[in-house]
Amino acid sequence: MEFEPVLLRHIAVPGIQNLEVYQAHGGYNALHQALELSPEQVVQMVKESGLRGRGGAGFPTGIKWGFLPKDHPGPIYLCVNADESEPGTFCNRVLMEGDPHQVLEGTIISAYAIRARVAYIYLRYEYGKSYRVLQRAIDELYKNGFLGRNILGKAGFDLDIYIHRGAGAYICGEETGLIESLEGKRAWPRIKPPFPAVQGLFQKPTIVNNVETLACVKHIVERGPTWFRSMGVPPDPNNPRDLGSFGPKLYCLSGHVNQPGCYELPLGIPARELIEKYGGGVWQGRRAKAIIPGGLSMGFMTAEELDTPLDFNGPMRVGCLGLGTAAVIVIDDRTSMVDVLYNSCRFFAHESCGQCTPCREGTAWMAKILARIRRGQGYLDDLDILLEIANGIGIIPGTTICGLADGAAWPVKTAITKFRAEFEEYIRNSRSRQASILAPLTTH
Amino acid sequence: MATITVNGKDIEIGDQENLNLIQAAARAGVAIPHYCWHPALSVVASCRMCLVEVGERKPEGSIVMQPRLLPACQTPARHGTVVVTNSQKVRAAQAAVLEYLLLNHPLDCPVCDQAGECWLQDYSYKYGRARSRLRDEKLLRPDKDYIGEQIVLFTDRCVMCTRCVRFTREISGTGELEVISRGDHAEIDIFPGRPCNNKLAGNVVDLCPVGALCSRDFLYKHRVWFLRSQKSVCPHCATGCSIWIDYNKNIVYRLRPRYNPQANGHFMCDDGRFGYSHVNNKQRLLYPLAHSGDNLVPVSWADLKNEIREHLLNLAKAGQDHTLVVVLSPWLTLEESWLAIQWINTVCPQAKFAHGPLRDAGADDIYPKGPRGEPCLPDRAKFIIRGEKAPNCRGIDILLRHQQNPPLTWQEVLEAVEQGTLQHLYFVGGDPLYKASDVELVRLRQARSLIVSDIFPNGLETLARWVIPGTTFAEKNGTYINSRGLAQALYQAVQPPDGIWPEARFFWELLELAGLYHAPTVRRQIAAAIPELSPLDLDDLGEHGILLTPGALAS
Repeated sequence: MEFEPVLLRHIAVPGIQNLEVYQAHGGYNALHQALELSPEQVVQMVKESGLRGRGGAGFPTGIKWGFLPKDHPGPIYLCVNADESEPGTFCNRVLMEGDPHQVLEGTIISAYAIRARVAYIYLRYEYGKSYRVLQRAIDELYKNGFLGRNILGKAGFDLDIYIHRGAGAYICGEETGLIESLEGKRAWPRIKPPFPAVQGLFQKPTIVNNVETLACVKHIVERGPTWFRSMGVPPDPNNPRDLGSFGPKLYCLSGHVNQPGCYELPLGIPARELIEKYGGGVWQGRRAKAIIPGGLSMGFMTAEELDTPLDFNGPMRVGCLGLGTAAVIVIDDRTSMVDVLYNSCRFFAHESCGQCTPCREGTAWMAKILARIRRGQGYLDDLDILLEIANGIGIIPGTTICGLADGAAWPVKTAITKFRAEFEEYIRNSRSRQASILAPLTTH
Repeated sequence: MATITVNGKDIEIGDQENLNLIQAAARAGVAIPHYCWHPALSVVASCRMCLVEVGERKPEGSIVMQPRLLPACQTPARHGTVVVTNSQKVRAAQAAVLEYLLLNHPLDCPVCDQAGECWLQDYSYKYGRARSRLRDEKLLRPDKDYIGEQIVLFTDRCVMCTRCVRFTREISGTGELEVISRGDHAEIDIFPGRPCNNKLAGNVVDLCPVGALCSRDFLYKHRVWFLRSQKSVCPHCATGCSIWIDYNKNIVYRLRPRYNPQANGHFMCDDGRFGYSHVNNKQRLLYPLAHSGDNLVPVSWADLKNEIREHLLNLAKAGQDHTLVVVLSPWLTLEESWLAIQWINTVCPQAKFAHGPLRDAGADDIYPKGPRGEPCLPDRAKFIIRGEKAPNCRGIDILLRHQQNPPLTWQEVLEAVEQGTLQHLYFVGGDPLYKASDVELVRLRQARSLIVSDIFPNGLETLARWVIPGTTFAEKNGTYINSRGLAQALYQAVQPPDGIWPEARFFWELLELAGLYHAPTVRRQIAAAIPELSPLDLDDLGEHGILLTPGALAS
């Protein structure tokens, strides 16, 4: 059965950014449907659908909503994470610019479900067009009674949506960093617990969801959880912690491919199929050396691992951190992994917020080492130091507060373990004029 | 009771204590290294120095350890919590964090004031590695001497624990300090043009675990390992902060707050912290003087003692002792004042007693300040600088009331001297900042005789028949009672200059008591004589002093 796009279905319809056109294409039917249900029923639908967060961590959305304290007097906040900063990722921008009402409809339904009366869209500053398009759509909604007091005549359902533009920090995409930033503070992620669902924005229960997640909520309400579960990959029976990967996903394909772009496909498509069938293959007739399965922080897959299905579980089986944002970056066989990794390390060193010592110093140290290797002044044991740093930083070993360091570590770990020969060769060749490759370590 | 297991050793803690694992492990005698955690500040768990392995002892006895390391500062100690601080995994994490912290650290210990009391040094020795593997250049960042009037920032020594930032936000409430930039370029800084000059700013120097924030006052003055510390009490206001006097070779180099939950908590104000300079001041009165003709000429302590005794005995003989008033400064210790009163009673039983002049800076200065600099409500106060600028008003008041109720005020003394009802004045001062005003001098000119004892020439010496040099808080043993009724002992750190007799010794000698002045003995005598002060019938008032019963405070 040929897959029919859902999230991107109307993306090419002219004027879909306008409320009338959107409504003419069935827009806001889901909201009407949701308002006939109780908030609990909507939460239940999302739970049943198995929807997992599209922002990177893949946490089940319904379960997250279920963490909200029962009968809380409020206010409860909904934060829409539109700080899409993961390198290679642009699907939220496509949604917000192309079909803003779909995002807003999902936001309104979700706010209804979690009883939030205020929603903040935390938008990365670079997305100027998204801001203008979304703000125009929000203004339209206020005029037509979709926002404000007693929405669509539903007594007691009030909602205000505000757009907050970030100032260009990757860390603001981390949910507690986002909350801190919204509160006007430096975006230093909070220690958890307490989780945002218990104590988040302004110390109140808060749900932070990705743009694409909320867009999915609209379709789950409209078409039902069973429809949603009909797509994707069921839980791995051998892995009790796998919750399955259901529904459509926007794959952001970029890098050395012939047709980069945002492709909507059911979760679990093999990387090779995505690149060959949809991306038109690696550019200039070359072969892929590696791909990044889901945004830079997930690490690298080799050409041999391209048949891995891109669901929440697949990339993990080949040593990657996870599916992440499903932003696939293709790296062709003429690219130096030293350059790629240097670029990655430089990015994370620049974006480390500076709070936890291992990440603050570790990311910067890795970037310095790679810069030196690239200059031709590397030593073979630099690779071991890199691996040691990468293995020691992050939330998984427990040495940092948030996952940024894991994202910085995984490219290093996967690149050096999977492409070690290339790194060693680079170091050897670049140092060939020197008498000894293993120079003594300098002291402080 | 909750049972916690630290490195295999069980300890008991109270159910309501709310300890974190650093505190709980300390009970078991296990020190968990940490930088960012401070008991008075919020928990940020960002330095990651206190990472430990944490597990839980299940009711049936099995232990389940968590797979990842957890910061001890952030993890509450609950019944059944199991902490391991010395495993291979923990050691590796500690060594890694120290390696990271030293990456961009300049290692300028030889010129760093913190060397010797530096947590980075200490932990590196204990938990770190001997060699760095850094082959790249360190970041160089300029020092910031614009941070504040009292503090300087050596930017590249900073370990980003943010204690200083949290202090200005949570304790002083003034919020001057801030983190700028990201990643390893993150630095402590101020908002442009708004330096950290609040009255509590000096505390950030103590809070800084490394040599990043240094005190301008102490900068490059002395190596800390030469310093010796003596317990004392800050005399500059009625809060009576517990302090350490750091001194060497009879010179006081700095004061530091000493933790006292009943007085100051962990902190002290800059007025007190930098208010020791009078101890080392060269302008002090150094030897006794007596009027001879129009001049004041030095006399020996023995002569001084005899002359003053004779003078007062003559007053008594002439039946004039009711015109004598003895003025006792609120800067005197209980013991000094008690001995003075005892001696005056033996020579001039009809003499009056009065409070000495008290500088009053108006309302209490209460922290944390609000966003516009307004003081917070008293019940939320985290630090109070009292408007009453003397350490022992309450103690002197209790003594004087016991002797003569009510005692005269300084204002009444001035008026009585002007009217001629009081003609002889014995002024025992001690406030290094007291200067007699012109009005006071005009009125006191009417006195027929004036004996002045003070640390500095305060203006009264121009009228005095005898001038007696006094001693400072750092040179005394004794007891102060603060405005809350907390009695604390101060101990002598340095010798008074040039053989000055401390006030207590002077009166001891006048009383012709045997042996040497011994503060606890006198304190016990006072406690025996005055019911209000009976709780002080102790040789040692303890680390945190003795809070007098509320009944004793009613005055």
